[in-house]
Amino acid sequence: MKILVAVKRVIDYNVKVRVKADHSDVDLTNVKMAINPFCEIAVEEAVRLKEKGVATEIVAVSLGTKESQEQIRTALALGADRGILVETDEKLGSLSVAKLLKAIVDEEKPDLVILGKQAIDSDNNQTGQMLAALSGLSQGTFASELTVEDGKASVTREVDGGLQTVSLSLPAIVTTDLRLNEPRYASLPNIMKAKRKPLDTKTPADLGVEVASSLTTLKVEPPAERSAGIKVGSVDELIEKLKTEAKVI
Amino acid sequence: MAILVVAEHDNAALGAATLNTVAAARQIGDDVHLLVVGSGCGSVAEASAAVEGVSKVLVADNAAYGHQLAENVSLLVAELGKGYSHILTSASTSGKNYLPRVAALLDVDQISDIIRVDSADTFARPIYAGNAIATVQSSAPVKVITVRSTGFDPVAATGGSAVVEQLDSAHDAGISSFVSEEMAQSDRPELGGAEIVVSGGRGMGNGENFEILYKLADKLGAAVGASRAAVDAGFVPNDMQVGQTGKIVAPNLYVAVGISGAIQHLAGMKDSKVIVAINKDEEAPIFQVADYGLVADLFEAVPELEGKL
Repeated sequence: MKILVAVKRVIDYNVKVRVKADHSDVDLTNVKMAINPFCEIAVEEAVRLKEKGVATEIVAVSLGTKESQEQIRTALALGADRGILVETDEKLGSLSVAKLLKAIVDEEKPDLVILGKQAIDSDNNQTGQMLAALSGLSQGTFASELTVEDGKASVTREVDGGLQTVSLSLPAIVTTDLRLNEPRYASLPNIMKAKRKPLDTKTPADLGVEVASSLTTLKVEPPAERSAGIKVGSVDELIEKLKTEAKVI
Repeated sequence: MAILVVAEHDNAALGAATLNTVAAARQIGDDVHLLVVGSGCGSVAEASAAVEGVSKVLVADNAAYGHQLAENVSLLVAELGKGYSHILTSASTSGKNYLPRVAALLDVDQISDIIRVDSADTFARPIYAGNAIATVQSSAPVKVITVRSTGFDPVAATGGSAVVEQLDSAHDAGISSFVSEEMAQSDRPELGGAEIVVSGGRGMGNGENFEILYKLADKLGAAVGASRAAVDAGFVPNDMQVGQTGKIVAPNLYVAVGISGAIQHLAGMKDSKVIVAINKDEEAPIFQVADYGLVADLFEAVPELEGKL
């Protein structure tokens, strides 16, 4: 069984995000970049399926600038077998990414595609579902448990109010939630080995996909700041304030 | 052209978030249709017809839609949606599941999680875990949008008298099936719609200690939430999580107990009207957003608070 995993290059989740002074975007100059945490969980899940003997090959795909190679190398160091970079300097929306991934899916014919449920930059939570729709495939989003047997994927999903389990015909699209697994750290020998694993580069034109978006970002602003209130000295004072000042109880 | 809102429901009751989504739709235009997709969902259709500001209710009641599988629901919504200027639903795990499929089937970009309507084509939405707010303009022929409930005050659940139209369309993609679900049972209000929320963090120490929060919550008629740290530590189940990766809440009163105030948690509750923080660490970042901070041992303060209310 072949698994395709998608990985996105994003701002490292530990970095404090700052909006540019001209409000055109978030400032990403000289900011540490990393693999999107949800994508890392996707890679880990694929590697675990390979270790269990369920999967035989893992292909890691990234879409974006040349620098996204670094995130593919990270995936290769974690256990993916080969990489594909769809290189473009265009800023890609979720629909364009889904179209490019569909073209890769058509070429590679994986049995399972695992993606993060959302990227921590755009917070869209769209790409996996869009890829599933464009490819006419089933989907198991926000997965906290995944098992594959007898040509079906069983996915337990984190939904409002609890958990839901669905059974999907393969090929299927799965998107990861936080508790699916805890990704391992890449060991130094594996990081060295990853440098020699194959990595193909394609362009959107090679895949016959026109990259366009109907969305224009007019401005990006910092959120309204909430100012600190007061410290109360006792439970009695707290109750008093909530009753007479805030009037919420 | 009219605006289509897809109702949030469990086949028995109309989800409260639908009222916020209708409110967002009403800021875009006047003619709002509400679509109920489910199975045995007659009572939801009835409740939908009474929602303020809805002119028509469309009901697709079919076994294929019973568990609202994205593969099936998206086919129906995309088919109907072509005739509308906008398709909106709440940014719940259900809406997030099927709506991007609808957008892809219609070959348009989706705008996720809007918190403000500037005009019929311009919307504001949080990005980078709420650390920035983007204003986005769409030129798509159909604008496909999920709505963050906390951004819009709900319309009234009653007072409307929309016409109800039954659809006989049944789409079954046949590629997925429902197996089971485990829903948390609780008599307390639902986290997303509660007027008061009491949340516990890592400072609670363990799951048993949440009992003092349940007691306080029952005194206040509040829902109980938790920080991601408390969920990851296994104190409480994931559906109690408030934060960027959990529920986004904006109650009248939010009481954060033993929560340090990580950015990821603040993103889920900082739009609450009044925030109370109880923490023994006076340097905890939660105090920077709290209206009322109490530096105290929670195991003494919470029972005292509960006793005196």
